[in-house]
Amino acid sequence: MARQRKGIEVSIAMADAVAQANVDVIAAYPITPQTHIVEHLSEIVANGELDAEYVPVESEHSAMSVCCGSSAVGARTFTSTSSQGLALMAEIFYIAASMRLPMVMALANRSLSGPLSIWNDHTDTMMVRDAGWIHVFVENGQECYDNVFCGYRISEDPSVMLPLAINLDGFILTHMIEPVIYEDNETIRKYLPDVRMKNALHPDNPVSMGCFAMPEIYTEAQMNREQGILNSYPTIIKAWKEWGDLTGRYYHPIETYRTEDAEYCIVTMGSYGETAMEVVDALREEGEKVGVVKIRLWRPFPFEDFRRAVEGKKSLIVVDRAISFGGPGGPVALELRSALYGRPNAPAIVNYVAGLAGRDVARSDFRKIILEGKAKASKGETEGFTLYGLRG
Amino acid sequence: MLEIRLHGRGGQGAVTSAELIAIAAINKGNFAQAFPSFGPERRGAPVVAFCRVDDKKINIRAKVYKPDVVIVLDPGLLSLLDPTEGMGEGGILIINTKKKPQEVAIAPGRSIKVVTVDANTIATEELGRPIVNTTMLGGFIRATGLIGIDDIKEPLLERFGKKLGERNLKAMERAYQEVSIGE
Repeated sequence: MARQRKGIEVSIAMADAVAQANVDVIAAYPITPQTHIVEHLSEIVANGELDAEYVPVESEHSAMSVCCGSSAVGARTFTSTSSQGLALMAEIFYIAASMRLPMVMALANRSLSGPLSIWNDHTDTMMVRDAGWIHVFVENGQECYDNVFCGYRISEDPSVMLPLAINLDGFILTHMIEPVIYEDNETIRKYLPDVRMKNALHPDNPVSMGCFAMPEIYTEAQMNREQGILNSYPTIIKAWKEWGDLTGRYYHPIETYRTEDAEYCIVTMGSYGETAMEVVDALREEGEKVGVVKIRLWRPFPFEDFRRAVEGKKSLIVVDRAISFGGPGGPVALELRSALYGRPNAPAIVNYVAGLAGRDVARSDFRKIILEGKAKASKGETEGFTLYGLRG
Repeated sequence: MLEIRLHGRGGQGAVTSAELIAIAAINKGNFAQAFPSFGPERRGAPVVAFCRVDDKKINIRAKVYKPDVVIVLDPGLLSLLDPTEGMGEGGILIINTKKKPQEVAIAPGRSIKVVTVDANTIATEELGRPIVNTTMLGGFIRATGLIGIDDIKEPLLERFGKKLGERNLKAMERAYQEVSIGE
């Protein structure tokens, strides 16, 4: 495939990226809004355009089980799911990380039941936040495409060996037609060569994986996971840097927009970052000293990058897409409050939860959140969270 | 930036129309988005699709609330909704109807340009059934000049294949010629 710019549905572009990454095994069960990704991959495999095994399993629990098996023998492995599908595979999702099995998942974020809803928010991914996977969030179709390749580079690196989830907002991204630049196969091969994983299952070199652990070893196994994911950070930085050098598109754990002289910032994760930038442009015209801080790398959380990005700011208005019921607010705000707790001159944090289950958050809504949030911060109203747009 | 909203019924191809406009614009080197009003798709139920076209990267991840152009694929929808909702002065409203623009009693006194296309007749004659999404694109192209017929040929043929694509193209070209553009 030659380098080209296409108008294409983001799900299809992502599936094409998976094919260009030359995966060996795809196991998935269709679920809205992820379905187009795996449907298109099944077509690619059925048409003989990709020499891979497509395993049409009977459930997501089985999908992740197949992925664990294929990754364990050293095959490049892909899956995709959303919401209830992720809930059903949660048991094996944790095991994939504990067994240090590289793979990439497109996690098309969708709300969890109940009430039953098919639309987008971040409640599904927050359910598996602590599983030990690397979590990347993307904002547009190009980032979905690019991060498939970066994802495999990171996940399969011998110093990492961890599964990686690319979180993309369901519908908002999966069902969007927009321009995506496809890189040529030669560039992809150069960036992402086929790998032979060490320690893969092979009859000539028998090893045991996923063993039972007595209390004497469980603690150490968990520390191994913690170290593993912390150690992935330099590899992530390197993988994004090299991709940027090849394509001109650079990614960073924390990204900022017009923050240099900003007194306060809106903090987003996922596709909302783009709308926020648009609104910040408009507010800047009116003299507001506001910027956007965007979290791209969610796990391992880039504490130092984040602290640097918000240093000297008066306040942060954090937009969450999920609630921790009975807890201190949204998961992102909770994370950021922890990151700044006890630090001198830390910015005040005001937390909004918005856009649950696909409720549209328009430019006018962002404007209201930013200005109202700024006022709350100046009055010291920083406890808990506000459920934006809640009807009386 | 030009923002477009399409009203149709499930199965009429409103989403496909939005996609074809976006792909044609992107192929010209512009930036565009096309997306449905997300949800379960039901044949016959009112559906909305959106499209944005700009000469720079589009950063908005929300529905279109203030359309510059509205396309109504099914005239029956006019009694159910206000197609001009959110539309400012100078907007363009393109309706599938046998009526002439001056006979359409929508937005009297407002400076909205009404454009009518007898798309049911054209599509029935050219395609054998009143699936009007591609026909209405002829009216859109003529009324807005945003893209040309030639720009949409490639995505149209890719989408529908040669045989069906050429029939759709003919319906579109007829609509381009036969459209009635109001004052």
